[in-house]
Amino acid sequence: MNWVDDWALSLGTFLPAVGAAVLMFMPARSEKLVKAVGTLFAFLALVAGVVVLARFDFSNAGALQLQVNESWVPQINARYHIGIDGISLPLFVLSLLVSFLCTIYMWWHIPEPGKPKAFFALVLLLETGMTGCFVALDLILFFTFWELVLVPMYFMIGIWGGPRRAYAAVKFFLYTLFGSLFMLLGFLALYFTSDPRTFDMIELTRQGFGGSSELFQNLVFLGLFLGFAIKVPMWPFHTWLPDAHTEAPTVGSVLLAAIMLKMGTYGFIRISLPILPDAAITFAPAIGILAVIAIIYGALCCLAQTDLKRMIAFSSVGHMGFVMLGIATLTDIGINGAIFGMVAHGLITGMLFFLAGSIHERFHTRDIPALGGILQQMPKFGSLLVYSAIASLGLPGLAGFWGEMLALLGSYNPHPELNETLFRVLMVGGGIGTVLTAGYFMWMLQRVILGKVPDKFASGHGIFDVVRLEWYAWAPLLILIIAAGLYPKLVLGVTDGAVQTLLGALG
Amino acid sequence: MDLAQAIAQPSVDWHALSPDIVLAAAACMVLIADLFLPEESKWLAMPLSAAGILGTLAAVVSLAGEHRTTLGGAVEIDTFALVFKGLFCVIGLIVLAMSFGYFRSGRYYQGEYYFLMLCSLLGGVVISSARELVTLFIALELISIPAIIMTALRKADVKSNEAALKFFLFSVLSTAVMLYGMSLVYGITGSTKLDEIRSSIASSADEPLVVLSVIFVVIGFAFKISAVPFHFWAPDTYEGAPSPVAAFLSTASKIGGFVGLLVLMFRAFPEVADTWRPAFAVLATLTMTVGNLIALRQQHIIRLLAYSGIAQSGYVLVTLALIDPSRPEANAQALESAIVYLVIYGIMDLGAFAAAVAFARKTGTYFLSDYAGLWRRSPVLATLMAGFLLSLAGTPPMAGAWAKLFVFAAAINSEVYWLAAVMGVNAVIAAWYYLAVVKRMFLDSPEVDEPIEVPYLLRATMGVAAFALLAVFIYPAFITSLADRSLL
Repeated sequence: MNWVDDWALSLGTFLPAVGAAVLMFMPARSEKLVKAVGTLFAFLALVAGVVVLARFDFSNAGALQLQVNESWVPQINARYHIGIDGISLPLFVLSLLVSFLCTIYMWWHIPEPGKPKAFFALVLLLETGMTGCFVALDLILFFTFWELVLVPMYFMIGIWGGPRRAYAAVKFFLYTLFGSLFMLLGFLALYFTSDPRTFDMIELTRQGFGGSSELFQNLVFLGLFLGFAIKVPMWPFHTWLPDAHTEAPTVGSVLLAAIMLKMGTYGFIRISLPILPDAAITFAPAIGILAVIAIIYGALCCLAQTDLKRMIAFSSVGHMGFVMLGIATLTDIGINGAIFGMVAHGLITGMLFFLAGSIHERFHTRDIPALGGILQQMPKFGSLLVYSAIASLGLPGLAGFWGEMLALLGSYNPHPELNETLFRVLMVGGGIGTVLTAGYFMWMLQRVILGKVPDKFASGHGIFDVVRLEWYAWAPLLILIIAAGLYPKLVLGVTDGAVQTLLGALG
Repeated sequence: MDLAQAIAQPSVDWHALSPDIVLAAAACMVLIADLFLPEESKWLAMPLSAAGILGTLAAVVSLAGEHRTTLGGAVEIDTFALVFKGLFCVIGLIVLAMSFGYFRSGRYYQGEYYFLMLCSLLGGVVISSARELVTLFIALELISIPAIIMTALRKADVKSNEAALKFFLFSVLSTAVMLYGMSLVYGITGSTKLDEIRSSIASSADEPLVVLSVIFVVIGFAFKISAVPFHFWAPDTYEGAPSPVAAFLSTASKIGGFVGLLVLMFRAFPEVADTWRPAFAVLATLTMTVGNLIALRQQHIIRLLAYSGIAQSGYVLVTLALIDPSRPEANAQALESAIVYLVIYGIMDLGAFAAAVAFARKTGTYFLSDYAGLWRRSPVLATLMAGFLLSLAGTPPMAGAWAKLFVFAAAINSEVYWLAAVMGVNAVIAAWYYLAVVKRMFLDSPEVDEPIEVPYLLRATMGVAAFALLAVFIYPAFITSLADRSLL
């Protein structure tokens, strides 16, 4: 099985890109064929993901497995080094799954101006970038995948987006580019101070930067922080997100929320914490404070939104706040909670964006006050919306609960070198956030699901309940939401070993 | 001397000279064939030229791995020479593909054009292996003089005349300055061979004279590579010249200048590097910054590419500011990054020019505002253009990213941090205007919906170029392993 072990990760990462290349050379006229080929490649990548799951040694989840380490750019000692452990495995599989589901959803709907060939190619390219980020163990490789994500998303928003698409696309692009520049500077600084010079994350962790000056460590950490924090996005770097989410086509919003945002938080866990542990402890309180501001600010913004998609976008700011709070505690519980939160947010918010997109397709509006009585007109659709919304607000028994709970639990007893009082205050702040979250979701449901059907839609013209393709695209998410909620060990059992290894580096 | 020995060790190594000879013969063939071809089949000069260049390329490949000197050391075949000879051939082929439709449809003398282009290309092929001042000089002039005539080929167009005249005057001026510098070098060292210059120039007592001579030579080259403040001719010349000629000037002619500069600086003058290194640092900073800042305001694609090309020269000049013979490892890295940069630059810049030519062939316009919504009119052209511009901007997944990163790493390695910082800031400024074009092509709505058909030959050429850039990004060892062995 050596061949499989060597290639499974690479295939999962690059099959979508191959698919995109194949699509480019296909005639655009045969739309069915284009869609079939696009879906096929996403499916093959998912199969590779399943193989990775099968070959992964769960009893040793703390160690990096299925590693490939080949020479790539010898001049700067950048290597093609990939591997997977308990932290990246859930995210890797999640990206493959969600991307595949997106390709299914795209059979039923691609927004104006159509052009399925280009749209599928971009989604597949995006998939390669995202999955690559989660397996890269070399900083240059990571950066390449990170930038690779930027371009397709820019075009997706800019071409297939809503009325303010150009503005949203450029804002998204500039924000992320700005952040990634500082990130690159941080990477280069690490490279040029390491001895022997290397971009390898594992090697850099082993070398450690405890010997270099505190100022250096803090500056590098800040550089990486800017790159990651903009992607997450953390308050106050979040302003690109509502615009990007609102204007992006449904599939774009789903991929953005479900996976791309995780690249930022994953970067913190994979790169910043182990390589610069001292600086991480220095900055943890600040990150915690920003995270709680994001939680409360996000919730308050949600209360003020009338656009359904924009509301979900702001709810992402809050949820990612919980993830960052979990990371900032630098504890086993907190970081496990953060990873759980990332997965849960991927499933739930991905689902919510699907639903928001489908609402727009049926009613041609996402304006919350204009909608109403969905449960009467489309009982199944309405139930799904209720299900996803209460999962998102953190009802016990569904996936959303554990991430928030563990993050709050972690901040009760933060890392011994952190200020306990501060983190307990942060815990209370986060707790208030959960209440507000429940509040805005219930209020949204009340306005959209319940009440009278507005006169405009009373005829029921063009309004239909969940169609079969939607079921196909959504069922896995719906099942995983409750599965992870009832049996959190599904995720935590995988992540815990790797988190222990990580914390070993923090001391 | 018996016959066997004469064949085994001829006094002139014909094999070493074979690329140059093949290309020269091809140029003559094109000129003669043109005399006999009837008007409607003059276009045959193009495939004939292509065959000549392919033959040259074959000769280059046949020399792979060799290290030979001939003509008393005036010509040296090594990996450096072969890499650039090969690059000039590739550039020649791409320019031919761009020129074909352009010169066939307009009222041009096609045969003369292809003949002149091959001559100019021959200059580039010769300069790659020239290791002696006079040979270098002749090769450099061989690049420039036919290029001046090529610039003037649009005889009825005032702008073309102006472009050629400007180019001519600046070229003559730079030649005079350079030749004066070279004569001083000869006066100091008593030799025109680079290796002999290297060993005797350091011991020269007359330091001011050494500095003066080197500076004159550098200024002469600075005109050729359009480094700021000697760049004024370039944008006007590019704009006025037939656009395939502009592409040729901005790649072959400029790279030819750089090859000469690299050979001189790494081979002849490194021992006195302390005296001229600061000049290159200043030149590089000015060239990058001024080129980029002016490029920000351009509305004409050729002028945009002209100014951005000036800025790109600046990045290569950075490597010349890193030369330090006391640190061979850092020195080798600087040279290697310069070679990688030039090779990648040649391909991506030509690609962008080719896309502009393809666009103008159908629309007749070079203004950036007309690129709005190009994606809806021709997805292929827009995607290719975006690929080349992203590469020029230095973003993954195109080869340009490595080009910039290697120069950057070389600067840090030589501990010239401020130059690395200047470069970083400039890369950001440049990304802005390249991406602005991309945005315009994809996000804005077109004023007319009429689709644009790209001629098959151009499309194939651009496709291959874009694929090469992508491949080099994925596996840079394609080029770096060659550059690695190209020590001067």
